[in-house]
Amino acid sequence: MTFKLVWENVRHKPLRTLLSVLLIAGPVTLILTLVGISHGFVEDSKKRSAGVGADVLFKAPGSSLMQFSAATLPDKLVGALAAEPHVVQATGTVVAPIGGFDSMIGIEPTEFTRMSGGFVFVEGKPLNGPDDILVDTWYAAQRKLKVGGKFTALGRDWNVAGIVEPGKLSHVFVRMSVLQDLLGNLGHVSQIFLKLDDPARAPAVVAAFKTKYDGYPCWPMADLQSLLSVDNVPLLKTFINVIVGIGVFFGFTVVSLSMYMAVLQRTREIGILKSMGATKSFVMGLILAEAFLLGLGGTALGIALSYVTKSVMMAVAPASLPQAIVYIWWPIAGGVAMGAAVLGAVYPGMLAVRQDPIEALAYE
Amino acid sequence: MNSPKSIIRVRDLWKVYKMGKVSVEALRGVNLEVPSGDFLSVVGPSGSGKSTLFNIVGGMTPPTSGEVVVGGLDVSKAGDDGRTELRRKYVSFVFQKFNLLPNLTARDNIRTALQIAGMPSKKFAPDLVDILELLGIADRLDHKPSELSGGEQQRVAIARALATHPAILLADEPTGNLDTANSLAVLDLLRDLNSRLGQTILMITHNAEAAEYGHRVVHMRDGEIVETRSTRV
Repeated sequence: MTFKLVWENVRHKPLRTLLSVLLIAGPVTLILTLVGISHGFVEDSKKRSAGVGADVLFKAPGSSLMQFSAATLPDKLVGALAAEPHVVQATGTVVAPIGGFDSMIGIEPTEFTRMSGGFVFVEGKPLNGPDDILVDTWYAAQRKLKVGGKFTALGRDWNVAGIVEPGKLSHVFVRMSVLQDLLGNLGHVSQIFLKLDDPARAPAVVAAFKTKYDGYPCWPMADLQSLLSVDNVPLLKTFINVIVGIGVFFGFTVVSLSMYMAVLQRTREIGILKSMGATKSFVMGLILAEAFLLGLGGTALGIALSYVTKSVMMAVAPASLPQAIVYIWWPIAGGVAMGAAVLGAVYPGMLAVRQDPIEALAYE
Repeated sequence: MNSPKSIIRVRDLWKVYKMGKVSVEALRGVNLEVPSGDFLSVVGPSGSGKSTLFNIVGGMTPPTSGEVVVGGLDVSKAGDDGRTELRRKYVSFVFQKFNLLPNLTARDNIRTALQIAGMPSKKFAPDLVDILELLGIADRLDHKPSELSGGEQQRVAIARALATHPAILLADEPTGNLDTANSLAVLDLLRDLNSRLGQTILMITHNAEAAEYGHRVVHMRDGEIVETRSTRV
């Protein structure tokens, strides 16, 4: 009967209910979208790292896993590392941010192709001239690029030579020497990928490098896959926590206002219930149950809307902001929304509980 | 519940409202005894204190001083929770404006009262079914208040009030919003319920004819009972 009373109350004011559910859904969608983008970004990075086909990643001193320093490793080191025991191939790359979350990678085409197995061309041809770039299909879709078209980055126009399948380290590729020249950093690379005679030797090789090349961070690529997580990306965890905090604040505020309105609108009904002997806990229970129901509706709608934002992201910025659906965050976002909803209903609930039954019955 | 001879006993009851710096004496030393099974009408002009008396006896507001014992419970000493218990277990209200929960059907209004009283609400007990038949609303239970006439709404309100077997039925101008035919029907019902079920009824009314349906009529003026007389009923 309590549920029916709550349900009928929710049904009786469809516009207020719809607005409340929509406003509660907002923070849920916000949380799921931003967490989804964070996870999508990391997952995409993982896939692209794996696509290189390397067994060990070697970086410059002071750089971390997800931070790309400018090209600071002398490219002579590529040759030195290639000569190390068990290393069958080494190739350096140069990373240059080109705005937003995007970066351009300079590669040595022959070496990179040998290590990764080569690009799968959707259309166009490999890098040839100094102005040529390759983009993957996601980036081409995001920037509406076509083979033979122009692309402006780093203060110059590039010629889109080919469009390739995604999953090979980056979304945008140029010849390494061109990028080194453009950055004024000839003879230096940002990171070096190594292929071993046996991938199982990667931990031992890395251990040996840490002694020999003290201060140079390096990781087995297999470890890199597990290290690439939201928790290991600087500030990302903090960012997510802030978003969750915003979700709690909005959920709390929205439901509090909504339930405050509901209590005002139902003053007379609360008076009727009190005249029948409804206890404080009964009245409070009704208000909290309604808030819980609104929170539940908001959570369901928020989850549904996160699929909409995913579709939008995949249509607008599949390369820069790939959004994943992170199921484990559904109960978290839902818990945040429903917790905030119930908390937000406590004060209006207390107002309802304290209402004088005579005054409440006289309320028009 | 105890079975005292007087189901309502009021001694030297005072109610003073503070309105800013002004004190208004709504009740000034009221004394009243209502035996179980009585049908008492309380009449008087606006501001005479009859509604205040009604609200104190029904546990809606505490007295300022004096003794009020309803169904064995000393209302004057009961706190908010005690008065809630009084409303839940011993008294039921019928109001001029019916005061049905607008979003619920007649059946669910009655079920809500049963649930609040801690009684089984899924299926109506046979005696409640009899009351619904007596009130002539057995076939109107699945309608919401907005789909019922004023007379039907008041009958549902009476059924809801009686469903929990209250010791006392408190009716506040129960015919105030009804036309003549429905007013007479409701008053006949109240008298019928009193005579058939022995239901104690305390009814407030402005209407002199309605007041005559009670066994006794109490006249109030300026917060005091100025006359108590028996009717020809």
